[in-house]
Amino acid sequence: MAHTGVPILELRDISKEYFGNKVLTDVSFSLHSGEILGLVGENGAGKSTLMNILFGMEVIQQTGGYAGEMLVAGQTVRYQSSFDAIADGIGMVHQEFSLLPDFSVAENILLNREPHTRSFVSEVFGDRLDSIDRKTLVSKAETAIGKLGVSIDSSTPVGTMPVGHKQFTEIARELSKDSIRILVLDEPTAVLTEQEAAILLKAVKKLSDEGIAIIFISHRLQEVVDVCDTVVVLRDGKVVHNEPAAGLTIEQIARWMVGRDVDQSRTHRAFDYAQAPPVLTIENLWVDMPGETVRDVSLAVHKGEILGIGGLAGQGKLGIPNGAMGLFPAGGKVVFEGEEIALNNPKNFLDAGMAFVSEDRRGVGLLLDESLDWNISFAAMQVRGKYLKRYLNGMLQWRDEKSIQETARHYIDALQIKCTSSKQKAKELSGGNQQKICCAKAFALEPRLLFVSEPTRGIDIGAKSLVLQALRDYNEKSGTTIVMISSELEELRAICDRIAIVTDGRIAGILPANHPSEDFGLLMVASPKGATEVTA
Amino acid sequence: MSELRETRKEKILSILEKNSVPILFTVFCALGIPLSGYSYGYLGQEIVVRIARNSFLIIALLVPIMAGMGLNFGMTLGAMAGQIGLIFIADWGIVGIPGMILAMIISTPISAFLGWLCGKILNMAKGREMVTSYIIGFFINGVYQLIVLYGMGSVIPIKNPALVLPRGYGIRNTVNLISIRKVLDNLLAIKIFGISIPVATLLVIAALCFFIIWFRKTKLGQDMRAVGQDLEVARAAGIKVEHTRIVSVVLSTILAGYGMIVYLQNIGTLNTYNSHMQIGMFSIAALLVGGATVNRASIGNVFLGVSLFHLMFIVSPTAGKNLIGEAQLGEYFRVFVSYGVITIALVLYEVRKRRDLTRAGRLLAQDQADEVEAKQ
Amino acid sequence: MIKIRQFIHSFGWPRIIIGLFLLSLFILAPFFNVNVATSISDTIVRFGQNGLMVLAMVPMIHSGCGLNFGLPLGIIAGLLGGTLAIEFNFVGPVSFLMAILLATPFAVLFGWGYGKLLNKVKGSEMMIATYVGFSSVAFMCMMWLLLPYDSPTMVWGYAGTGLRTTISTEGFYLHVLTNFLKFRLGETLMVPTGMLLFFALIAFFMWAFLHTKRGTAMTAVGSNPVFARASGIDIDKTRTLSVIMSTWLGAIGILVYQQSFGFIQLYMGPFYMALPAVSAILIGGASVNKASIVNVIVGTFLFQGIVTMTPSVMNSMIHTDMSEVIRIVVSNGMILYALTRKSEATR
Repeated sequence: MAHTGVPILELRDISKEYFGNKVLTDVSFSLHSGEILGLVGENGAGKSTLMNILFGMEVIQQTGGYAGEMLVAGQTVRYQSSFDAIADGIGMVHQEFSLLPDFSVAENILLNREPHTRSFVSEVFGDRLDSIDRKTLVSKAETAIGKLGVSIDSSTPVGTMPVGHKQFTEIARELSKDSIRILVLDEPTAVLTEQEAAILLKAVKKLSDEGIAIIFISHRLQEVVDVCDTVVVLRDGKVVHNEPAAGLTIEQIARWMVGRDVDQSRTHRAFDYAQAPPVLTIENLWVDMPGETVRDVSLAVHKGEILGIGGLAGQGKLGIPNGAMGLFPAGGKVVFEGEEIALNNPKNFLDAGMAFVSEDRRGVGLLLDESLDWNISFAAMQVRGKYLKRYLNGMLQWRDEKSIQETARHYIDALQIKCTSSKQKAKELSGGNQQKICCAKAFALEPRLLFVSEPTRGIDIGAKSLVLQALRDYNEKSGTTIVMISSELEELRAICDRIAIVTDGRIAGILPANHPSEDFGLLMVASPKGATEVTA
Repeated sequence: MSELRETRKEKILSILEKNSVPILFTVFCALGIPLSGYSYGYLGQEIVVRIARNSFLIIALLVPIMAGMGLNFGMTLGAMAGQIGLIFIADWGIVGIPGMILAMIISTPISAFLGWLCGKILNMAKGREMVTSYIIGFFINGVYQLIVLYGMGSVIPIKNPALVLPRGYGIRNTVNLISIRKVLDNLLAIKIFGISIPVATLLVIAALCFFIIWFRKTKLGQDMRAVGQDLEVARAAGIKVEHTRIVSVVLSTILAGYGMIVYLQNIGTLNTYNSHMQIGMFSIAALLVGGATVNRASIGNVFLGVSLFHLMFIVSPTAGKNLIGEAQLGEYFRVFVSYGVITIALVLYEVRKRRDLTRAGRLLAQDQADEVEAKQ
Repeated sequence: MIKIRQFIHSFGWPRIIIGLFLLSLFILAPFFNVNVATSISDTIVRFGQNGLMVLAMVPMIHSGCGLNFGLPLGIIAGLLGGTLAIEFNFVGPVSFLMAILLATPFAVLFGWGYGKLLNKVKGSEMMIATYVGFSSVAFMCMMWLLLPYDSPTMVWGYAGTGLRTTISTEGFYLHVLTNFLKFRLGETLMVPTGMLLFFALIAFFMWAFLHTKRGTAMTAVGSNPVFARASGIDIDKTRTLSVIMSTWLGAIGILVYQQSFGFIQLYMGPFYMALPAVSAILIGGASVNKASIVNVIVGTFLFQGIVTMTPSVMNSMIHTDMSEVIRIVVSNGMILYALTRKSEATR
């Protein structure tokens, strides 16, 4: 498709830093009316930051704004809030639904933009006392639904509808805005069934025919190839490819997404996991972790190895350790060292000799209001009975402050944790040091198998390598088996022996870590239903 | 994803459970009425009186529930404002309907201010609105006592000596409201089957009901319902969440003030330091008895609630006396039931909220089971 | 300057204002012919009377159950213990011991049920606790009428059944703690050593408990329940234990109160007893989820100091007894202040 004239949206050299961390570098592309642009990239490639800039989200201003220029229909714009963006005809459908369950479809579509009629009361008391004109409301909503080419009863309460219809309601809300010119769809098909996704893609095509420009963000590359006119690939905050979609293959795009200049100096240790006996086996595990649902996962972990679990956000990789540990409702079978571990109770998991460093440092990992020595020693004290003085035949178990302090000091030295003293409150530390405290807590448990979830999330590069090194050392020195979950493939490839990729709540495949990145990239974007079990 | 399959037994149980409080009360009343020995004519008359007396106050609770702020224990603030209005008209000797209207006019700015204050504080205590509004009631009661017990007659001029304590300042414990006693009730009163019906009062209540129905359909009402369901979604849509919440409390407080005036014109005497403390609890209990919950209440709940709750209130002392020979026991019983019903309603609401959260997990387990079955 | 500011920050504005208010009352007292020694003596006695009921807040705050507005439930267990001890005709110090022993099973049972209930309503404990307290008081009103007590010192004389609204503890456990090692300084300053020692003993046990493995777990549950769960703690059990402890402390708290005050107050007596205890611990510097023994001591002293001093000083100063109003405003204002601060300390 050839586009002429002034593009409806043009980005020129957009750059953005978060606290000295460069997340976008000179991003430029343009979008014309009626064009569908597929925006793809790994997690952390900068897609959400870019969309936040486009949509004028406050977080951008709060963190120092952005560099570069953004033009809408030829006019330079710099939005102060998302309401400016909306007024300029930009609509965004977020991944999380922003719907009110008890309101009808029509009410949700026109939320806070309800057509109203004046009455004598509102003449006196102001327009918030205008009566809502239900008839116009319904007809407007139905027009918007009509634009999508789907049929939804506009009077149904949203809460009772299937997910697909909720997604359509969200899109219809944007379409009901008369000025809509650019529509951003963030992973619109992620929660849909295949039939629903097909209907949605048809609707997207229809909208583009009507002249609306669409930015389509998706991890399902087949859809991107099918529906988009142009594909823009972001990697590490840069546009690495900007090409017409016609003729592209999924493999190509996947390679562009994950491919990095391979660091040849990295050494892979030769670890023959096939020789080591399996220490943990997971069978048919399901986990109800919101946003990270796991369905029917089976997995074997060998003694002494470092197993990586990767995959895109929201696909369920985080659900596996959280479910195995019992933090979220789960079912299935988990066998550790020959003993079945009853699920849904973290005590069983810990008693068996395993430990878990959670990805949610502040929520699960730390007692933010307590001192570092408490944070480090608490789990080991409660589970292993360490740091206790016993009196009266063990009837009285007294906290041994001295040995708690010693342990805390030991780990503070060993992991180079920066703090004023072991009595400092955990909330006062930086992210990287908090992460080290979480690791120290797990090490103090002396586990035989350690789950580590997103150990480098939100910490700076220097701290990252320190944390990873600490894990590797721990594995080698004490022979502890480690299962590490991370969204950063390169990080997994750096320290793991094998990597399992989770897609749509299932294991899409397990490969040795020295396989090329593309292979993992393909597993990540594999269509969920047609996933071929790749095992090495 | 599919629907969660429930057996018929589970479905019936859940319907029963949703309506457990009204059902329980119907049973109480069905047992209590024959025990009390009261005639149906008498009971009918009493219920009509109490509907006229209490409904206005209970309807005042509907607005904050709509805005997701739960049961407004702070309605006592409005009641205090209404009482201040009544003290003034009693002092100035303004009688009849004009007196009532003037009391309402005086109460309005006081209620509005207190409601605004309450709304502001509740916005700082999101997620624990109920317990906070409850404590605000106590706190403002202290201020009310400061004004009425020490300020009136000393700083605020009160000229009628019958109102003032013998020591020269402060309002007496009871204020006689003879000047407006039953003025609204007796206006247009008619008798049907020997039951006298206070038509004017009922018309006022009907007007209030229409107001509530109309209000729900306004932009502001729609915004309140949106805020009540999900603060963040409403905020993202551009609705001024904090402001809307404050408006809902202000409206509720003003209505509670009017409701208190309607209530006291029926009673005829003002218990200066006690009337308002009880009224919040009784109104909330009555609304809950009518089947309302912390986040859902309708006008139907109000009338069903007033009828059932007060029926229980009327019959329990005599029923207690006839059953065990202790009228006092029945008195205590109804106090117990009032508190008990609030406790049960609050607990059921919380339990239900958590069970809904486990729904996703049950669905997943079901899906998995289906898959396993399909494989075999 | 910075030092002063730091001090104010760490001590907290509300406490400083209340502390200064109390101090000014003590300074003003002699000018209005109020006997300071008597006032101090009264404050100490009231401290002993109420200290344990304030201490009863600590376990539940530690385990994250919030402020124990359901204190009346514990008080009821104490009332049952006290009335049963009298019913069984125990006299003197033995009756006090028996009252505690008899109250214990009730406190454990009530606390267990109350704890189970609170576990079902996590996040809304305080509102429900309030109404559990109220309903249980109302329920016991019926029970006091119906239970087959027949000790002539306790039942209504004319009917022969049903307990009286107030029952004297004289001849039973009146002043058994107060008089133990009691001494006087000068004419008017009386120190109820036994009562203070008893408080110190129980407070010590509480302090010690918080230093054991289970106590540590309890603190962690209150600080971050998810962290505690991820460390293998059974949250529900820990919370239930804390509620049982709070209920039991409430039960012996009321017995100590009665032995000093001289009367058992039944029926609606326990109704509003939670509020003073709640505001006392908040005045002492506790927050909705953090409390220490020091908070209990400081808070009880400040609160009871104000309750004692305002009537006497204000009365002589402006010839008006505004103490009740001041008490209502100060105590509920303090609770409001704590509730509107998310989960930080009340500073």
